[in-house]
Parts: sequence; structure tokens; C-alpha cells
Amino acid sequence: MPTANTQEENSKSELQKNHGGGGGFTRWAVVAVIFRLALIYFPGNLNLSSRPEVSTPLTSIRRLAEGYWLKQSSMSPYAGSMYHGSPLLLSVLGPLTVKRIEGQPGHILCSLVFVLADLISAILIRATGRKLQIAYRKSLKSLNLPNKSTDSGALSSGDIAALVYLWNPFTIVACVGLSTSPVENLFTILTLYGAATGLAPLAAFGWVMATHLSLYPAILIIPVILLLGYGPDAPPSKLFRSKEHGKVGDGKSSQEIIFSWRRAFHLLVWTSLWSVYVLVLCSISVKQHGSLQEMFQRTYGFILTVEDLSPNIGVLWYFFAEVFDFFRDFFLIVFHSNILFMILPLAIRLKHRPCFLAFVYIAISSMLKSYPSVGDSALYLGLLGLFLDELADMQFSFFLFCGYVGVSLLSPVMHNLWIWRGTGNANFYYATAMAYACFQIVLVVESVSSMLNHDRKLTKLSTSKLQK
Amino acid sequence: MWLPLRLTLLFLFLLLSPRALLRSGSAAVVSGEEEEFHEELLLKPLPDRKVLAHFHFHSIAPPSKSNGRHHHLFPKAISQLVQKFRVKEMELSFTQGRWNYERWGGFDPISSNNAKPPGVELWAVFDVPEDQVDAYWKNLTNSLSGLFCASINFLESSTMYSAPKWSFRITPGSLRYGTLPREAVCTENLTPWLKLLPCRDKAGLAALLDRPSIYKGFYHSQRLYLTSNASVPAETVSGISLEQTLTVVLQPNSPSSSSIHSGESNFQPSWSLSSIFGRKISGKCVIAQSSIVYLQLEKSIFSEQKDNMDNGPNSLASEGFAGGSGFEMSLDPDIVIEEENQSQHKGSSVLYGFWVEKYNESQPLDLGLKWKYPVFWSSQQAPLHASRFLMGSGNERGAIAILFKSTNSADSSSGSRHVSDGCELQVDVFQVVPWYIKVYYHSLQIFVDDEAKPIGDFVHKIQVSPSKDKTSPGMMEMLLKLPCDVRSAALTLEFDKGFLHIDEYPPDANQGYDIPSAVISFPRFHSVMHLLSNDSIRKSPLLSRFQEKNRVQSYTEVLLVPLTTPDFSMPYNVITITCTVFALFFGSLLNVLRRRVGEEERYLKAGKKKGWLRVLLSRLLAKFRGKPMEEPDQPSSESAPLIGKKLVLKVILVAVLAVAWQFYST
Repeated sequence: MPTANTQEENSKSELQKNHGGGGGFTRWAVVAVIFRLALIYFPGNLNLSSRPEVSTPLTSIRRLAEGYWLKQSSMSPYAGSMYHGSPLLLSVLGPLTVKRIEGQPGHILCSLVFVLADLISAILIRATGRKLQIAYRKSLKSLNLPNKSTDSGALSSGDIAALVYLWNPFTIVACVGLSTSPVENLFTILTLYGAATGLAPLAAFGWVMATHLSLYPAILIIPVILLLGYGPDAPPSKLFRSKEHGKVGDGKSSQEIIFSWRRAFHLLVWTSLWSVYVLVLCSISVKQHGSLQEMFQRTYGFILTVEDLSPNIGVLWYFFAEVFDFFRDFFLIVFHSNILFMILPLAIRLKHRPCFLAFVYIAISSMLKSYPSVGDSALYLGLLGLFLDELADMQFSFFLFCGYVGVSLLSPVMHNLWIWRGTGNANFYYATAMAYACFQIVLVVESVSSMLNHDRKLTKLSTSKLQK
Repeated sequence: MWLPLRLTLLFLFLLLSPRALLRSGSAAVVSGEEEEFHEELLLKPLPDRKVLAHFHFHSIAPPSKSNGRHHHLFPKAISQLVQKFRVKEMELSFTQGRWNYERWGGFDPISSNNAKPPGVELWAVFDVPEDQVDAYWKNLTNSLSGLFCASINFLESSTMYSAPKWSFRITPGSLRYGTLPREAVCTENLTPWLKLLPCRDKAGLAALLDRPSIYKGFYHSQRLYLTSNASVPAETVSGISLEQTLTVVLQPNSPSSSSIHSGESNFQPSWSLSSIFGRKISGKCVIAQSSIVYLQLEKSIFSEQKDNMDNGPNSLASEGFAGGSGFEMSLDPDIVIEEENQSQHKGSSVLYGFWVEKYNESQPLDLGLKWKYPVFWSSQQAPLHASRFLMGSGNERGAIAILFKSTNSADSSSGSRHVSDGCELQVDVFQVVPWYIKVYYHSLQIFVDDEAKPIGDFVHKIQVSPSKDKTSPGMMEMLLKLPCDVRSAALTLEFDKGFLHIDEYPPDANQGYDIPSAVISFPRFHSVMHLLSNDSIRKSPLLSRFQEKNRVQSYTEVLLVPLTTPDFSMPYNVITITCTVFALFFGSLLNVLRRRVGEEERYLKAGKKKGWLRVLLSRLLAKFRGKPMEEPDQPSSESAPLIGKKLVLKVILVAVLAVAWQFYST
């Protein structure tokens, strides 16, 4: 059979490439880990853990340590308004914040956990990327379109995405700065990996944990269902259908993609199972001094009401510090629903590319969330690498790159001028946050637009082929 | 004939007498428990050439039914306050300036009871169930605010007060504690305070209170302390004891020793009542039960003299005013009271009492003190001197440090005598921190003799109620046990500074915020004067107050924390620019999503097959409603009538929505 042959060839070449690329990946991944360890052991105190860009009220390790201390002194960790994270994270990371090893830096054990989380995330991104690439080639082949990505270089897009994730300065800073966002990112990536490989239990676990840790990944349930139902990203389904129409006379087996309700149902069952499990674990850990209701109030309530107005790289803190009190509720609803409004149009338009859809959701939520940090940006920038082939002709990429570099250099300067020197003004820092938001908007809009253009191009190619 | 008459009379008498006896007895009770008023003034030269004047006014209203709601002497405002808010115990102080514990003493009853933190301090114990205490506290603060013309009502908000468990007072009950460190204290607070006195400042000792000379002083603290005996039946009015004190530290400007040459400056300045207050006492307040002026001198002054002149301790008192020793009093004291020397502390003192009733308008009381040669002495110190400061720079984070330094005067032997089991020094720390100072209690570090030590070794007990944003302040109560030979100990706590909403900043936001004083107390040390018991002492409320056992207590400095401010001038700009960015996001993303490149092509195609259009129209319309997303082979035609229909539909939809909104909102 010719198809089998080509498939074999394909997989062989894949294997070879992966092997070759894998060597490169391993090398670079190891170097990245060593680089992180070197930064952790850096003699001077970098004080990254109290930078507003790195640690938000939700992800700060100092607040976690305070919560753990409160819990140890037999109080609710949510007493006072210091800790707003998950009680599970508290039980896992809490003891590590206290434990000291002689002759080692203070939070060495925590740092190691975060480095490990980063590494696992990178490996999962790579595996997801490979899955996506295989699916992409397969769908191109089935449409009889030329596969351009074979000559895209030594590394596959999955490897590149993983390395981008590992070597992104944002990721490194978030990891070395001891914010808990590497762990949150890990669960988000685990969700995507589980969904891409069709493992409903894993996807459900990742989704439940990610939602539990930071609420915003809740909207990922739509891409996850689509991913499990339709399989990984593919060109629009109508192409296959039209191709079938063209080949009706041939009488070949149909390749139509059908939504697999069985898998979606599996996912729902597993999701409810894991949710119950996580809730039970949480209630056990908060039972002594508090209640689940208090936990939800202190975590989700804190996220949704934007109580903490300390500066971060988002735009909401300054807005809610300045807005008149009687408008506060209105704007809270408006800003949060900005994320929700976009869910449906995006899902309709991009339902054939669930992974990309997930990327767009993550990017939007990390831009509009109440307490954003660079760790959130690191996640979507890493995922962006997965769609290198599709987004090859994205506009403004250099401009965006320069913008990101510029903002990440200017923002600490403005913060320093305002907070430490007192010569600057809150508006300076806010302006950089504004610019950052604008760059993120341009990135999201451009990536969506170029993905749609890519699909159009595929359509054009396949229809022209059909017409031939 | 006479006999039966006598008998009947006798019988009648016997019949009536128990009642008569009873009546006389009850009358005696009433007369014995009349409302009382005492006024006393204590003057005391301080080691650093200043003079302490401590006014003590004591009003007592006994528990009785007979008075009903009326009082003879007792201020009605206070009794109503107590009745209405079920106050068991309350202390309110207005203070300006800081008590200098190192120079003015930190161990004697005045410094333990009357040295108060700057601004307003209020604490009250209520006789109500725990769940109603907050409501009563709020009402009390508002009433006091009106009564004393001060912004005590700011203590109403739950971010301003706390409920210490054990470190502030030993038997707290339902205690609430709040301070306003920035409250400016001036005559408008003093006048209502004086109005509570039966003679106001028209007669008696209060007539001395000349406003300019009081407020010129280094320290000024007016205080109101009341206790009511609770557990009285509901129908009777509970007895209240009201203690009003005013403590001022003044600098006497004596013209004789005005030259500040190095040789002359050793002399303590001589002063008299008229020179420090600008007034004299021209008789007592006629209603007052007692009216006494005391002059308190440290015994160490005499011991110096004793060495010089070899005077016996018994004769020194008489020698003192007779001019034998280093000072001379302008008047002869009516009574001399010595502190019993059983106290372990070297600083004991002598009190000279002067009856004010002996003086009148023509012969006013003008007590003066003249030093003959330089005298030096030092005040009694608390075992540890506590001070508090901030560490770090910038407006993002910092640390609070409390430093205890051993005072040399409180020698270690006294501590060891107090403590039987091993030599350790107990220190209670009570600190309230406003919520915008977000303290990390896990970062507590302790340094003993400049060495970092594990916390468990010294912190015997710690209780923390962490601050809640915009709800409650952070409170820390701690019991430290330090070794007696400790030279210094320091506690540090890190904090992050919070960021407030623009409405929450006070008018002068860049001035910074005050962290109220921490209260440091030494539970094993008691400031008590053991006076040789005497009838006059028992009558004097001031001296009996001095003889009460109170634990040594001191307040640390108020800390000023500058907080970062946003730009107050441009909320509109921020709102509009942020909303623009959100609109940019929303609009551009939607635009990208709904843009169709291939559509034009298909439209052109559809235009060619115009004949089909009419036929397809009805079918399309039905399909369009069912499936907004286009089928691949379906030409999505956009002709004029269709658009018109859609437009109409949209307009109707909007209208319906508007009507629904109207209906719903009204």
C-alpha cells in the first residue's frame, strides 16, 4: 500500500529528525537547567521574589510562607489577607519554605521544585508539539498538499516551543524568582498534553488542577473538549468534506472528521471525579481552621474582586485604584466579561484548531487577568512556538519582539523611579503596563488573523487542486 | 392611771423604734456614700531640669437608688455614658509630646499609668455579651467624640481598633483598644475635660491651668479613667469612680539661673508655681473633700546630702525645708510622707504635702523650690528600655524593629529577686499595625546581644491576628522571656507596604502614615510606692492610686511610614485610556474574526447567477436563520432587500431589548 509506505517513511524521517533534534534539545534543556541553578546560587541577592513583575499576591512565595506559618500556628492560612493560593500548594510547598539545608541558599528546595516543574513543562510542550506536527502532516497529506515544514530546519516546532519556554527570560525570572506560576503553567500544559494525546483522565486532571490553582484556565475546557472530540489541530473540516465530494466517484473510504462524543463524555466524567477528589483534599486540609467556603472566598473571590491594588504588569490595579467607588462593580463585570465575550466567537471560528484556540485563550486571560505576572506571559509565548509553521507569515513579529524587549527593560526602570527613588510617578509605570497590554493585544490579534489566513491559503490550494 | 399610759407609751416606742433605728441607719448609709470630689496636684522636679506637674481629680458617685438620675457633683455626661454603653472600665487619653522614659523615669507609678502614646488612646471594657461589644464600642466612640471635640469617631471603623487578649491588661474581659496617633490635642479638648470638674477651672487647683503655659510644655497628657462597679441590679444606678489626670512636663524659666554657662548650668532651675504656671492657687474648690499639693523629691538627693552633712534619715525631712540641705522650699509642708525603704529599688522618694484650704485669696499658695547647689540624680528605670524603628528604604517594603536595651539602673539583682525559677525577664509586647502595613509574621527574627537566635528559645507565647485588607488591623501579642543579664535584644518583622484606593488616602498623603505605639510591659515588675501608712494617705486618692500594684508599662515611639501614592489628579485619564485599550482589544479581535476574504469572490459569483437569486432567496432566508455559519457551497448572498430585512430585525431586537431594560430597571 502506498499510504502505508509513505507513513512508514514519514515516521522514519520523523524519528531521525527527532533523534537529531532530540540531541540538540536535550543539550539545550540541560544547559537551561544549569543556568537556572547558577542563578539560584547567585551570591548576590537578586531580590526577584519581591519584584512586582514576578510575584503577584497570588503567586508570591513569601505570602505562601506566611500562610504556612499561620497554618502551623494553628490558624486558618486565609486569616488575614496574605495568602490567596490553594491549600494543596500550601501543603506541598509550605514545608519546603521552612526547611533549610546547611550551606545552601534559603529557598533551595522550592527552587528545585520550580526548576523541575519548568523542565517537565518543556518536555510536555515538546511531546504536544510532536503530536501536533504529526497530525498536521497527516492532514496535509490527506489533502494532497505539499508539506512545507519538512525543510523548516534542524528542530521541529515542538522542540523550538519547548526551548523557547525554557530559555524565555520571563520563564527564567519566574522560576528563579520563586513565584508559583511555574507550577500553574505545568498543569495548564499538562491539560493540553493530555488532550492532544487523547488521554481524557490526564486532561481532566490537568484542567481541574489548573483551574483550582488559578481559576482562569477554566475556559480551557472548550478547547480541551474540542481537542478530545476532533483530534489535534487540522485544516478546516470543510476542506476534507469538499475533497470527499470531489472524490465521491472514486468511492474511497471517507475521512470525515466526526466529533467523538464518547471522549467528551469521558472527559466530563473524569473532570467531575477529579474535581470531587481535589475538593475532598482541600476540605481535608482546610478543615481544621476554616471551611471550603472561606477558601473559595479567599482565592476565587480575591481574583474576581481585585482587592489588592499593588502594582503589577497588568492594567487593572491602577484602574481600580483610581476609579470611583460606585463604578467599581460595573467595571469589574465589564473587564471580566471581556474574557468571556471572546470565548464563543473564537471557539466558532477556530474550532478546527483547538490547540491554537487554547493558546489564544491563555494569551487573552494572561493579558486581562487581575494579577498578571511574567510567568503567565512565559506560558503563552512558549505555546506560540508550537504554531511556528502555521504562523510563519505573521505580521509585525519584529515589531512585537522589540516591543516586548523594550517594555521588559523599561518597566523595572519606571518602577524603580516611582517606588524606590520617588522621582517618577505612578503614571510612568502605568504607561509601560499600558504599552505591554497593547503589544499583547497586537500579538493575539495578529496571530489569530494569520492563522485564519493560513487556513484560507490551504483552502485556496486545495480548491485549486480540486479544480485541476 | 399613769402606769398603763406609760406602758402603752413604752409599748408604742418599742413598736416604733426598730423603724426609727432603721431609718436612722439608712440615713447614715446615704450620708456615708455621698458623691465625693478630691483634687490633688503633684509636683516633681525631673533630673533634666524640668518639672513634672500631675493634676489628679477624683470624682466618685456611689451606687444608689436615691439619686436617681441626678448627681450633685458627678458629671452627668459621664454617668449617662456609663449607663448607656455598659462601660465597666474605660481610659481615654489625649497626649501631645512623648514621655522621655530615659530621663523622666520608667518605673514609677506616674510613668506606668500616665505616660501615654501621642495622640488619642482609648480602651474600654464593656459589660455586655461578646457579640455586642463592637456595636457598643462604636456608639461609645461617637459619644466621646462629641463630648471631647476630638475625632475619636474614627476609632469606630473596624480597621482602627483591636481586641487584645492578654498582653495589654491581665484581665481583659471584652476589651477594645484603639489609638489615633495623629490626633492633635489642644484647648478644645481640654475645655470639655475641665467641664467635667465641679469647679471647672474657676477655683481650686484647676485654676492653675493656664493654657499657654501648659501647651508650652514638653509633654502634655490629659487622661480620663473611669471604673464602674458592674453586677449591680438593673434598677439601681451603678457606682462610678472617675479619675481625671493631667500630666504636664514644663521647663521652668528661672531668671536667676538663666545664664547657660557651663558652670552655672549644673544648677537645677529654681521655680515656683507662679513662675511655671503664671498663676497661684487662691484656695480650694469648696466642694472638694480634699485639696492637697504634693512635692515629690527623690531620696537620692538626700542621700547625697547625707554623705555631705552626715544627717540622719529621720531628721532630713525637717532639715530639707529648713534649709539645711541643697534646696529650700518657700512654704512649710503640712505633712511629710516617706516611702518605705523596703522596696528593693534605690529610687524611693519623699512627699511633702500642703493643704490648700489654709490659703486664700489674700494669701495664695505659691510653692517654690530653690536649689542651693548642684544636685544630680536619675529616675528609676524599667528593666529594659524599649525603642522601635523602621528599617529599609523605598516605598515597597521595610521592616519594623523593636529594640530592648538593658538599663543599668535596674540592676540585675532586682530582677533575680523577682524571679524565683532561674533568672529570666518577662516582657509582654503588644503591637497593632494598620492593615496597609502587611506584616509577614513568619519573618520574625530575634537578636539577643546582637546574635540571631532561634525564636523558640525566647518567644514564650505569641498570638497573632493578621490584618485583613480594609477590615481589621494586624495585632501581635508576644511574651518574651529574656535572660536577666541580657544587654540588648531586638525583634524584627518584615512588611510590605500596601497600595490604597485614592479615596482612602488622607488629605496630605505624602506625609506618611503612623503606626501606633507598641505597648511594652513587664508583668513581673510592679510600679508601687510603699508609703508609710497614714490616715491622710488613705484618704488621698492620688496616693492610694500610687500604692496600687500596677505592672510596669511603657509605650514605644510612633512610627511614620511613607506610602506610595498614585497620581491623584487624573482618574479620568486612567479610566478613559484603560477603556480605550480594552475597546481596542475587543474591536480588533472581533474584526479579525468576522472578516472573510473569500466572501467577495463568492459574492461576485453570486452576482453572475442573478437569475438564481430570486429562487434562492426564500430558501436562503430560512437557512440563514438556522445556520449563521456559511456552508461551503452555499453562496451567501447579500442583496439589498435582505440587508433591509436584517436591519429591520436588528432594530426590532434593539428596541425589544431597550423596552425590556426599561421595564426591568423600573
